[in-house]
Amino acid sequence: MLHARQDLPGDFWGKSSKSWLFLILLFIASFGFYSNVFNWIPRWRQREVSQSCEAHHLQGQRESPPLSKGDCCPDTCRVPRVPRMLYPKAHVLQPPRVDVLLMTPWFAPIIWDGTYDSAILDAQFRNTTIGLTVFAIKKYVVFLKLFLETAEKYFMVGHRVIYYILTDRPADVPQIPLQEGRRVVILKVRNYTRWQDVVLHRMEMISNFSQQRFLHEVDYLVSADVDMKFSDHVGVEILSSLFGTLHPGFYASDRQRFTYERRPLSQAYIPEDEGDFYYAAALYGGSVAEVYRLATACHQATLIDKANGIEAVWHEESHLNKYLLYHKPTKVLSPEYVWDERMLRKPPYLRRLRYVAVPKNHAQIRSR
Amino acid sequence: MDGFSIQLTRLLFRGTVAHHTLRSTHSPLPAGQLHCIWASAGRTGNMKLQYKGEKLFQPVAQSRYPQPKLLEQRPTELLTLTPWLAPIVSEGTFNAELLQHIYQPLNLTIGLTVFAVGKYTHFVQHFLESAELFFMHGYRVCYYVFTDDPTAIPQVPLGPGRRLGIIPIQRHSRWEEISTRRMEIISQHIAKRAHREVDYLFCVDVDMVFRNPWGPETLGDLVAAIHPGYYAVPRQQFPYERRHVSTAFVADGEGDFYYGGAVFGGRVANVYEFTRGCHMAILADKANGIMAAWQEESHLNRRFISHKPSKVLSPEYLWDDRKRQPPSLKLIRFSTLDKDTSWLRS
Repeated sequence: MLHARQDLPGDFWGKSSKSWLFLILLFIASFGFYSNVFNWIPRWRQREVSQSCEAHHLQGQRESPPLSKGDCCPDTCRVPRVPRMLYPKAHVLQPPRVDVLLMTPWFAPIIWDGTYDSAILDAQFRNTTIGLTVFAIKKYVVFLKLFLETAEKYFMVGHRVIYYILTDRPADVPQIPLQEGRRVVILKVRNYTRWQDVVLHRMEMISNFSQQRFLHEVDYLVSADVDMKFSDHVGVEILSSLFGTLHPGFYASDRQRFTYERRPLSQAYIPEDEGDFYYAAALYGGSVAEVYRLATACHQATLIDKANGIEAVWHEESHLNKYLLYHKPTKVLSPEYVWDERMLRKPPYLRRLRYVAVPKNHAQIRSR
Repeated sequence: MDGFSIQLTRLLFRGTVAHHTLRSTHSPLPAGQLHCIWASAGRTGNMKLQYKGEKLFQPVAQSRYPQPKLLEQRPTELLTLTPWLAPIVSEGTFNAELLQHIYQPLNLTIGLTVFAVGKYTHFVQHFLESAELFFMHGYRVCYYVFTDDPTAIPQVPLGPGRRLGIIPIQRHSRWEEISTRRMEIISQHIAKRAHREVDYLFCVDVDMVFRNPWGPETLGDLVAAIHPGYYAVPRQQFPYERRHVSTAFVADGEGDFYYGGAVFGGRVANVYEFTRGCHMAILADKANGIMAAWQEESHLNRRFISHKPSKVLSPEYLWDDRKRQPPSLKLIRFSTLDKDTSWLRS
C-alpha cells in the first residue's frame, strides 16, 4: 500500500519538504486504502455493513451446531438477527386491521397494508437476493419497459434483484437504467403459436431454469405477468417458502364460485366443497426449491392433461390453484398485490394498489 | 360481484370466457398414502439441492373444512400477527384438524424439558399427568426432567410413543443460580443428546399444569410465549433489565412483547442457538458481577428482540391462574399451579 520511500535529492530535505512529504505519503496511503476497499471487496457499496449480523451468520456456519435429526434449510429456518431498532410497539389487544382476515387457518399471514413493519422485515431479509421472472413472448415485449421501470421504483427496493426476462425476442428487451445491486438476465426461450400454449409452457420453463440457474443465483423467486405495472411498494413482506396472491375477482366469493377446473378428467380438478382461495397466476413465488416443485408439478399435470386431450379452463392458473390447495402456501398476498383498476371498483379495505393491470388490446397482442 | 363483471374481469386477465357446467358427482382424489408437508430429505427429489436436510412441501391430504372468510368483522380479538409477520397463536386462529393433517404424517418427535430441583420435584407428578392428557397428543414425545434427585421423580404412566428421560444435575444453594443455569444445561443437553432424539423442543417450567390441548399449532422455528402479566401494558412498563452494564439491557424505546421465561421452544437447532446465546450473555454478566432482574427471563427477552421468534404463543399458553381470565383469551392451556414460594425456595 505505502510505496517505499523514494530516494530524494539531498538538498530537498528541509522543514517544509517534510510536511510535503507527509502530505504525499498520506495521499498515497489513502489512495491505496480506498483502492483496496473498492477493488478487492466485490459489490462493496451494495453490502450493508453489519458486523453483528455477518458474524452471527458466519458463526452459525463455522461452529456447526449439532444438527437435528431433520435439519432445517437455510432460507426457511434460519433465525435472522436484527440490529437495534426503534419502532412503535404492537398492541396485543389491538389488531391493526379488523376489517379483513390477517392469517389463514394454517398460519400463513395474509399480507395487507398496515399489518407489517417494513423496517424489521428489511433487516431480517438483508443479504437476500430476489429473482423476478417475467415472460415477454412475441408482442408482449412492448410491456417490458413500463414493467421494468416501475419495478425499479417499487419492487424490493434496497435489496439485490435479478430480473429474469424470458423472451423469444432478446433484441427487443429495452435497456432500463437500474439501481445498485440489480441486474437483468435475458433468457431466450421458444414461442408457441397459440397463446394458451405460451401460458401453459411457462411452468416448464421456470422449472428448467430453476434447476439450471435460479438455484445458484437467488434465494427467492417471484413470477410476475408482464402486462402489468408496479404502482406501490412490493417488498420483502411477501417473501416466504411459498406464496400465492388472491385473485382480485374472487376474494369475496364462495368457493363454489371459484373458477377452478371442475372436470374430473383434468389434473387440475377441484371439487366444489374444497378450496381456500382462488389464487392469481399473475403473481406467485417462494424459495427457489419450492417454486421449482410447484412449476414441475404444474408442468407434469399439464402434460398428463394433454395426453388425455383436455386443457384446463384457466390453463396454468388452474394448475396453480390445484397445487396450492394441497401444498398450502406459507404466505398469501391480498388483492393489493394484483389488481385491475378499470374493471374493479376499489373497496375501502384495499388501501394500496401495488401491482395493476396495464390496458391492452387482446386481439392485437395475442396474434403473431 | 355479478357474473357478468366476473366474466369481463376474466376476459382482461386471461381471454375467452369459458362456460362450464358443474358436475354433480365428482371422483375422489387419486388414492394414495397420506403425504405430509414435511418429509425427510432426499425423498423423490428430482432436483439435487445444495443444502441437506431440506424439508419438502408435500401434499396435504384432502380434508373438509369451512372456507376461510376473508372479509371478517372481529371485535375484541387478540392480535394474530406480529409486525414481522409471525403468527400469534390463540384459539380461533387455526384449524386444528387441518394442522393435524399437515403435521401428523411427519412422524415428528417433540421434546419437553423441565427442571425439578429441590422441592420442585413435588410438581413433577401433576405436571406429567397433565402433559399426558394435553401435550402433543398423538405425537412422539420425549420428556427430559432435569433434577438433582432422580429418586424423587415419580413413575407416571406414559402413552405409546412417549418416554421420559431423567437427567441428574448439580444442586445449587440459591434458587437464582438454578434458574440461570437452565440455559446452559439445556444447550449442553441438546448438543449431547436431544439433537438426535427430537425435531422440536419446548422448555417449560415444572410448577405448571396443562389444562387444555397443546398441539402442533405451537410448532415453529423459534417460539416464544407472551407473559400473562404484561400483554396489555406499554413497553416502558416491561420488567426488562434496565441497567446498562448488563448484557440483558433493554432501552426504553425497545421491545415488542414481554415474553415469559416459563415457555419457549422451536426447532431443536434453533433452541440450541438460542439457549447458547442466552448462556453466553449470562456468563458475561456473571463476569461483571451482575445478575439480571429476572435472571434468565431477562436474557431471554433481550435475545428475542434481536432474534425475533417466528411464532408467538398468546397468554393462553402461559397463564397465571390468579389472574381473571379476560374474554379475549378463549382457552387456557397451560397455567400456574398455586404454590407457596417461600416454602419452595427455602
